[in-house]
Amino acid sequence: MKLLMAVSGALFVFYVLAHMYGNLKIFAGVEAFDEYAHHLRTMFTPILPFGGFLWLFRIVLVVALVAHAYSAFYLWSRARGARTTRYVAKEAARATVKSTAMRWGGVAILLFLVWHLLQFTIVKFNVGDDVVGTSPGKLVISSFQVWWVVLIYILALVALGMHLWHGVWSATQTLGWAGSARARKRAKLAALVIAFVTSVGFALPPLAILFGIVKGN
Amino acid sequence: MTDTNATTSGGAATQAAPNAGIVHGLYTEGEPLHDTKAPAGPIQDKWSTRKFESGLVNPANRRKLSVIIVGTGLAGGAAAATLGEAGYQVKSFCYQDSPRRAHSIAAQGGINAAKNYKEDGDSTFRLFYDTVKGGDYRSRETNVYRLAEVSTNIIDQCVAQGVPFAREYGGLLDNRSFGGVQVSRTFYARGQTGQQLLIGAYQALERQVAAGTVEMFSRHEMLEVIVADGKARGIIARDLVTGEVETHLADAVVLASGGYGNVFYLSTNAMGSNVTATWRAHRKGAYFANPCYTQIHPTCIPVSGDHQSKLTLMSESLRNDGRIWVPKKAEDCEKDPREIPEEDRDYYLERIYPSFGNLVPRDIASRQAKNVCDEGRGVGPKVGDFRRGVYLDFTDALKRMSAEAVAEKYGNLLDMYQRITGENPYEVPMRIYPAVHYTMGGLWVDYDLQSTIPGLFVAGEANFSDHGANRLGASALMQGLADGYFVLPHTIRDYLAKGPFEKLPDSHPDVVEAKASVDARVQKLLSINGDRSVDSFHKELGNIMWEYCGMERSEEGLLKAIDLIRGLRDEFWRNVKVLGAADTLNQSLEKAGRVADFLELGELMCIDALHRRESCGGHFRAESQTEDGEALRHDDEFAYVAAWEFGGDGSPAVLHKEDLVYEAIEMKQRSYK
Amino acid sequence: MNLTLKIWRQASANARGEMVTYKVSDISPDMSFLEMLDVLNEQLNARGEEPIAFDSDCREGICGMCGLMISGKAHGPEVTTTCQLHMRSFSDGDEITVEPWRADAFPVIKDLVVDRGAFDRIIAAGGFISANTGAAPEAHSVPVPKPKADRAFMAAACIGCGACVAACPNASGMLFMGAKITHLGELPQGQPERDARVVSMVEQHDAEGFGGCTNIGECSAACPKEIPMDVINQLNRDLRHALTRHGD
Repeated sequence: MKLLMAVSGALFVFYVLAHMYGNLKIFAGVEAFDEYAHHLRTMFTPILPFGGFLWLFRIVLVVALVAHAYSAFYLWSRARGARTTRYVAKEAARATVKSTAMRWGGVAILLFLVWHLLQFTIVKFNVGDDVVGTSPGKLVISSFQVWWVVLIYILALVALGMHLWHGVWSATQTLGWAGSARARKRAKLAALVIAFVTSVGFALPPLAILFGIVKGN
Repeated sequence: MTDTNATTSGGAATQAAPNAGIVHGLYTEGEPLHDTKAPAGPIQDKWSTRKFESGLVNPANRRKLSVIIVGTGLAGGAAAATLGEAGYQVKSFCYQDSPRRAHSIAAQGGINAAKNYKEDGDSTFRLFYDTVKGGDYRSRETNVYRLAEVSTNIIDQCVAQGVPFAREYGGLLDNRSFGGVQVSRTFYARGQTGQQLLIGAYQALERQVAAGTVEMFSRHEMLEVIVADGKARGIIARDLVTGEVETHLADAVVLASGGYGNVFYLSTNAMGSNVTATWRAHRKGAYFANPCYTQIHPTCIPVSGDHQSKLTLMSESLRNDGRIWVPKKAEDCEKDPREIPEEDRDYYLERIYPSFGNLVPRDIASRQAKNVCDEGRGVGPKVGDFRRGVYLDFTDALKRMSAEAVAEKYGNLLDMYQRITGENPYEVPMRIYPAVHYTMGGLWVDYDLQSTIPGLFVAGEANFSDHGANRLGASALMQGLADGYFVLPHTIRDYLAKGPFEKLPDSHPDVVEAKASVDARVQKLLSINGDRSVDSFHKELGNIMWEYCGMERSEEGLLKAIDLIRGLRDEFWRNVKVLGAADTLNQSLEKAGRVADFLELGELMCIDALHRRESCGGHFRAESQTEDGEALRHDDEFAYVAAWEFGGDGSPAVLHKEDLVYEAIEMKQRSYK
Repeated sequence: MNLTLKIWRQASANARGEMVTYKVSDISPDMSFLEMLDVLNEQLNARGEEPIAFDSDCREGICGMCGLMISGKAHGPEVTTTCQLHMRSFSDGDEITVEPWRADAFPVIKDLVVDRGAFDRIIAAGGFISANTGAAPEAHSVPVPKPKADRAFMAAACIGCGACVAACPNASGMLFMGAKITHLGELPQGQPERDARVVSMVEQHDAEGFGGCTNIGECSAACPKEIPMDVINQLNRDLRHALTRHGD
């Protein structure tokens, strides 16, 4: 079960890094971003139909998501079942902030994901004032000119950062890759770096847009 | 020093002729006793001859034969695992919550074996010789030789089980020299040798539990042995959780229940260590041998107050670099030791024993510490009327070696000292005091480790063992595992080959009687409802034993102690207060039963100490010392094992002597001048 | 010093328990925590109240029998066993809560005493090397490289006290189990049964009702023998190898 958690989690780490890389394209301009969005759909055509790869990718991600969430709830309920009588002392067996953030942070990220998909993938509604047409790049820029959208994203990114920080380290441990003190130190460092790079990397475009560094036209 | 008269024979008052009636009003003398099991022939061949001669049991018949083993330390755990592997039905009992917690776990130093990996002149014979000599020529030659002989198998067995012994860079096992022996034959796992060996035996035991050959009864305490038709056929045990008193029957019973050092209340034993299993067997006919032989270890952390519940040992290797002293003047005892100038310090061991200095044997170091404290020159907090502690000073070593070098060598010991006392030994001299550590006495057994009750075998510290009057360092672990892995499985097989014995119904009168007596005793303890707690009786008994049957014993003191113990025992049965019920976990009730037995054992220890009017090993009689105050043995009179038969409540004990015959080695007087 | 103690009292496994407040006075800083409880028990006995049941045996930090949750910390504020915790770690006037280990795999028997039989059953499931007495080869026939021997020893230092389970927010027994897997897995003698061992021990662990590990690290922080988290890593690695090698 933990292996499932670790493997599906690892998949997300790679996805998230790729996603972030794509987002940074916004700094190259709206056209570059739109091209990137389009390219995602034409990758491996004509072997696959238009959007085929993206759909395959989405299926994999959905499966991973279900697996990740299922194993999380399984472990959660098992942990609850393993100590049905709680300690009286509040300090007792209390998890660290990072690991508490795993569960509630995970739930938060899940909720955010729904909003995020609705906003940019499924409904593509625009909360901003600009006319965006079919350009994903314009949609992005228009959305992030609204302060509270940015705030939601920043909060979600903090949750994601914490989640990755403990999650990446935890996955190396679960997969048995952190066998020595040195390996453990490296794994913890890698986790911190990935968490930091991801949060900051994702945070850059919305902030840049909000503060007008990247403009639509 | 109490008395400087060097006497060659004891006081006339205790002079006893065989069968001369009651001696001192305390005991009578019965027929002499002999071991009939060790075969004739050269000592090197005895064990293989015995193994060849002992009967065999067909593998198909083994599962019909059952053995009860009480205790899961090195001896009991190893025996249960081995007999389980052989295919017998084993029932294993321990009072702890898991067999892994038996007190063998606390042994720090190491385990001896005559592997001669260092090629430094060691051999089976040398280990045998050192052990007999160390025991002050009061052990049985044949048993000790066998111990040395199987010692090498123990190391092989433990390594195969995955015991992580210390190793050299080449990957081979490391050895060190221990306890002043001149060869390096001690195998070790840092300061946790006992733990690692016990976990090895425990894992082997759990493997048999999984295989279904061993049934484990933890949190069970044996309270009676069942002797039916003259044979040991089972035990009565109390389930400590439910309180149920259970009858367990078998074809043979093994007691591996450890030593009785807790008769002194304060000792290095575990809180639960007790004599009940062996004492109950003694009352049912098993002779108790040499009960007065107690080992007192000189380098323990001193008592800090009346609340103290146990004493902690520090390895005596500390004496290699530390210097032991007390102030010359009693008025300096309260001062900060660092402010006492050199000329006002008495490095008494270096003064009295210029050649050995701080490295004198354990018993000497212990006794001299007691003497200086009795003179009022002890240090540390007052406990009762006296300060019980002497300084063990590393100041010179720190100057000579650097703090890092000292930490490298003794770091974990000094840390342990700091954790317990709250004092930093790198700055302030440590305080040490002797503590009861091991009991060489125990139930008498023959070469087959069988007691005087047929079918009742005794192993490890619980038997009167291979250590004579004094045990060498790193040989307790050796004996426990030798008995459990390599000796008992062969000798018990010989006994079982005569079985299976007639099945015993629960309604057999001896079974019914045993169970009824346990029930009655439990009810009695709960119904007295007096004023004093069990612990207060235990503490008082401990004080009596320590005062009069501790490091130095005298006729006057022992007679007084016997009186005091009888009075205390009498009061116990009138005035003890045990709360709670019988049908639940009741730790006060457990303790009460154990203390009741200690109150009987204590008296026998004093009688044994009184009758042995010589000094030998851990037993120092004030009346038997040389002009220099050294221990004086009397081989002409006392070269025997004193095996005591229970005479009945209120009746005198009966002494049976087993003469010690040395054929392979010659008796010599110990000397360290 | 004077202290207020809030101690879990529970008459039997099935009885309802509650925290009961006791005051103790004139406690010496040199007492161990358990000696302080001894003093309280003597007072209770004198008053005719049943003494508090708690486990302890060697009282020198090696047998693993003692273990209390002291003000929310397994074995109290120091990195050591409860028996080696001294009252000088507390201050006059402190209020101290004392609870048993809490885990459904460690049911309470009475007051502060719990049943840790689950640990024995995990060992019985595979925490051993099958070497019958008498079948052992000469000890020097298989050399063990010192780093491996040292790591095995480090892991073998586990005393089975259960503090790791008590401190774990998931009540998981992975540190205990990982220590045994690492101890035996580092040694050449432990190789033949390595795969089977980890699989059966983990099965038993899960069947006993321990929680899963989420790599939080409270176990290792509470361990009186300071066994590091990397034994859990080792366990996971061995488990992954065992499962992929056998495909089950």
